[in-house]
Amino acid sequence: MSEKPKVAFYWCAACGGCDEAVVDLAEGILDVVAAVDIVLWPVAMDFKKADIEARPDKSILVSFINGSIRSSEQVEWVRLLRKKSQLVISFGTCAGGGGIPALANEFSREEILKYVYETCPSNVNESKVRPGPTPVAHNGDGSALTLPELHEQVRSLDQVVAVDYYLPGCPPTPKIIAAAVGALLSGKMPPPGTVLSPDKALCDECRRKDSKPADLSLAEFKRPHQMHIDPEKCLLAQGLLCMGGSTRSGCEALCPEGNMPCTGCFGPTSRVRDKGAKVVSAILSNIAADEPEAIDKILDTFPDPVGTLYRYGFSKAMLRRKQDD
Amino acid sequence: MADNTGNGQKTNGLPRIGFYICHCGSNIAGIIDVVAVAKFAETLPGVVVSREYKYMCSDPGQELIAQDIKEHKLERIVVASCSPNLHEETFRKAAQKGGLNPFYFQMVNIREHASWVHENKAAATLKAKDLCRAAIYRVRLHKALEKRRVPVNPDVLVVGGGIAGIHAALTLANAGKKVTLVEREATIGGHMAMFDKTFPTLDCAACILTPKMSAVKSHPNITLWTYSEVEKVDGYVGSYEVTVKRKPRYIKEDLCVGCMECIEACVFKEAKVPDAFNQGLSKRRPIYIDFPQATPKVVVIDPATCINVKTGKCKKTCVEACDRDAIDFTQKEEKVQLKVGTIVLATGFKPFDPKKSPHYGYGKYPGVFTALEIERLVNASGPTSGEVLTRDGRHPKAVGIIHCVGSRDEKTNKWCSRVCCMYSLKLAHLIKEHSGAEVYNFYIDMRAPGKAYEEFYEKLLSEGVHFIRGRVAEVTDWAMTKEEEGKLVLRVEDTLAGFVRRVPVDMVVLATGLVPQSDAGDVRRVFNIGCGKEGFFQERHPKLAPVNTFTDGVFIAGACQAPKDIPDTVAQAGAAAAEALALVDAGFVELEPNTSYVLEEECCGCKNCIPLCPYTAISFDETKKKADINEVLCKGCGVCAAACPSGSIVQNLFEDAEIYSEIEGVLAR
Ligand SMILES: Cc1cc2nc3c(=O)[nH]c(=O)nc-3n(C[C@H](O)[C@H](O)[C@H](O)COP(=O)(O)OP(=O)(O)OC[C@H]3O[C@@H](n4cnc5c(N)ncnc54)[C@H](O)[C@@H]3O)c2cc1C
Ligand code: SF4
Ligand code: SF4
Repeated sequence: MSEKPKVAFYWCAACGGCDEAVVDLAEGILDVVAAVDIVLWPVAMDFKKADIEARPDKSILVSFINGSIRSSEQVEWVRLLRKKSQLVISFGTCAGGGGIPALANEFSREEILKYVYETCPSNVNESKVRPGPTPVAHNGDGSALTLPELHEQVRSLDQVVAVDYYLPGCPPTPKIIAAAVGALLSGKMPPPGTVLSPDKALCDECRRKDSKPADLSLAEFKRPHQMHIDPEKCLLAQGLLCMGGSTRSGCEALCPEGNMPCTGCFGPTSRVRDKGAKVVSAILSNIAADEPEAIDKILDTFPDPVGTLYRYGFSKAMLRRKQDD
Repeated sequence: MADNTGNGQKTNGLPRIGFYICHCGSNIAGIIDVVAVAKFAETLPGVVVSREYKYMCSDPGQELIAQDIKEHKLERIVVASCSPNLHEETFRKAAQKGGLNPFYFQMVNIREHASWVHENKAAATLKAKDLCRAAIYRVRLHKALEKRRVPVNPDVLVVGGGIAGIHAALTLANAGKKVTLVEREATIGGHMAMFDKTFPTLDCAACILTPKMSAVKSHPNITLWTYSEVEKVDGYVGSYEVTVKRKPRYIKEDLCVGCMECIEACVFKEAKVPDAFNQGLSKRRPIYIDFPQATPKVVVIDPATCINVKTGKCKKTCVEACDRDAIDFTQKEEKVQLKVGTIVLATGFKPFDPKKSPHYGYGKYPGVFTALEIERLVNASGPTSGEVLTRDGRHPKAVGIIHCVGSRDEKTNKWCSRVCCMYSLKLAHLIKEHSGAEVYNFYIDMRAPGKAYEEFYEKLLSEGVHFIRGRVAEVTDWAMTKEEEGKLVLRVEDTLAGFVRRVPVDMVVLATGLVPQSDAGDVRRVFNIGCGKEGFFQERHPKLAPVNTFTDGVFIAGACQAPKDIPDTVAQAGAAAAEALALVDAGFVELEPNTSYVLEEECCGCKNCIPLCPYTAISFDETKKKADINEVLCKGCGVCAAACPSGSIVQNLFEDAEIYSEIEGVLAR
């Protein structure tokens, strides 16, 4: 029976939502399970690293890896999977661009470690133990127990190993997962490096598009909780920072359908190198004011610039991570 | 000439690049080690020929490129030399001559950007290498592009009917082109029509101007629209669509013969309205004509003061008086559309407002006049028929002329207005001639750089006019001595004599400078051209394209570009006409291919780009739900390409990949 293609799922710095998305295939998952052998899926099945190590190189057809890469352990795992797999698919926006965890790149590693392991008020860590190569305890057999080391940068998967395809989304929607799996199993994959969702921005499939005026003349940026959102009208036109125009489509405008602005989880189109910079030139060129002070006043209402502009792709931003001094 | 050719370097599938660095005499080679840069470039992947040469722009330099293309099968050319503004076209042509698409070329400006601005030779050489590397990286990605040709409508619009506009219109019309001349005021003539004589020849302004004015009126190829303004300009070089606002003058222009019976018949028995043409030194009625030779010789009714226009309740004695039925109170403002291929802007200047220099007492002391007021006073057809009189009707015995009012002054305008010294000399002469008064000229420097100008100054020196070198500190009526009582006293440090003088006079003339028209900013926007920080219209190049603007097909002439005298104005107007003619007679224009286009499949129809284009080149296709760029309107500013949130607009020659590779090249050291 081991004629069936072998498939691995793995998670790195992730919230678990991507694995949940696989489960969300609902009865579709059964077809997948019937068609393949799952050889690794930490969230659901009990395989160990040694099981993978024991496999011949390239014996796994495809590894779906979600989460960004920020620790020594994650690097080891993804290198191992790369070696054992014919294809590596970056699954979800954290693997694709760093995702939410990559916002940690706004801070230096020292700042993060100090806060999380020392100064955070809910902490008790008198010996100031931190993860890293220094042993923190001993295993039952007396060998040293170390915690994986936190890296200087939060990286996307392709910044660590070669990636063949990308499934965008936080998490990828069942529709695009199913389409990808279908294409894989039928052997009809696009050229390597492709992001497996349409290379057009989300406005294209948004129901509200027709209500977007040509001239936005934004006089203020609002956040969803500050207002009653008109369920029909273009969200940008309502002053909400909807990222639809700069974000890949494929999700069928889930958020705008749910009366919330797009936050950009499908990432930029292939033609955009730095999403944040792009959004700055796109949206800010629509500011209503002309005079510097008036412009500043409007900009003051722009919520959390880095978090908004680079919410899912800070690893790929041209802005570099804040370094330890 | 050291050649670094034939190094047998493998290009690994990269396009074969020829690299050339120019010495520009010692302009570049004096600072940058051009041999080192050429040797360096040769090591970069893809470069198969690398040369340095004394003058790349010379014929042999260009020939070198064309030859190498054939001999070494070059596919890309990089020339490191001066500004692309100067020679991009030259080298593109050289590439084309060699059989290459001219856009497979990139120019590096190592003169303005390196040798001219640095002193440290090693550092400048290093910088030149970085810039060249950037160009070499970028040129690999260049694509073959074609210039576009669009036809040119032969009709021309001239805006402003001063001497500049008049001369340009006549030149064009004489060449057989149909010209529409749009003038804001009721008559053409501009400032020159106000003068009595003109420096340095002292010939009568009217005698030389009015024949040109009537030639405009009677020329079969000129349509003259006075009392009109251009409101909107759409389109692009070769086919502009212009909307002109024609204000009602309540007179049928084709019927009025300018007999002026109506003016006498007006219910206003006394003229009560300050006469703007006479600088307010006389009064006129609501129905008036600016001056006897006004062109068109047609009266005009001023809506602000005419009782009938204001209330509809007037006996309309003017209508009765006109036996030609030319008065028409039903006239309304009209908007007229016009199609032209080229435009000459000649909207002139406005004199500096002397109230901005309050220490000279204009508006406070009745004895203080502006130069333009004096022009009217000394004019035989002016308010005093040429008599020089103070506002209270006295003959001045002494007159002081203050130069540089609102010019060469940190507090007002820094620029030299170029004509004030000369017209001050002229006015000194005329005042002396008309009144016999003692005339004192207070000047900072005497600027007389034109043909026969210095001689004119000499002449004035011999006429007994007093010249005092120094900037007048103030004009005051505060008398310190008996002689000063009832006089205006000019306090000035005589910088040649080295002490402070007090000069009592009866009349002070302020030689106010030339400043941009108050609405120059609006006009600039309507015609989509630039202006300098002082507000005069910006020429494309101060030396090499002085009548061109950055908008193709729009030319500037006269004092709207910068202060200048009549000879320069006329020369510039002729040049602008010639530039327009060159376009018209070529019949078509070639447009740079650095335009943007929408990737139709990729465009999501977000409309973000639509309002941003400064040239309104982008429209939204409602059926396809996509943006669309009119390639002819696009000027290649790149705004839309930067602003398209999904990166679905590409600008030729400035594709993202090209720009990034250039950045990488410059940083690759
Ligand atoms: C006091 C004084 C004395 C001078 N004496 C001499 C002299 O003796 N010799 C000499 O060589 N130079 C002299 N000059 C300089 C001379 O006035 C200028 O060189 C000349 O007038 C410039 O001509 P122009 O056509 O460019 O501008 P202008 O004469 O200013 O004419 C501009 C015309 O454009 C019209 N216009 C403006 N805006 C618009 C618009 N938006 N739409 C339509 N029409 C518009 C105006 O109504 C005007 O008719 C003197 C200048 C001054 C101030
Ligand atoms: S490049 Fe500039 S001129 Fe051309 S369409 Fe875009 S915004 Fe308009
Ligand atoms: S900004 Fe880009 S995606 Fe939006 S309409 Fe214009 S071209 Fe299309």
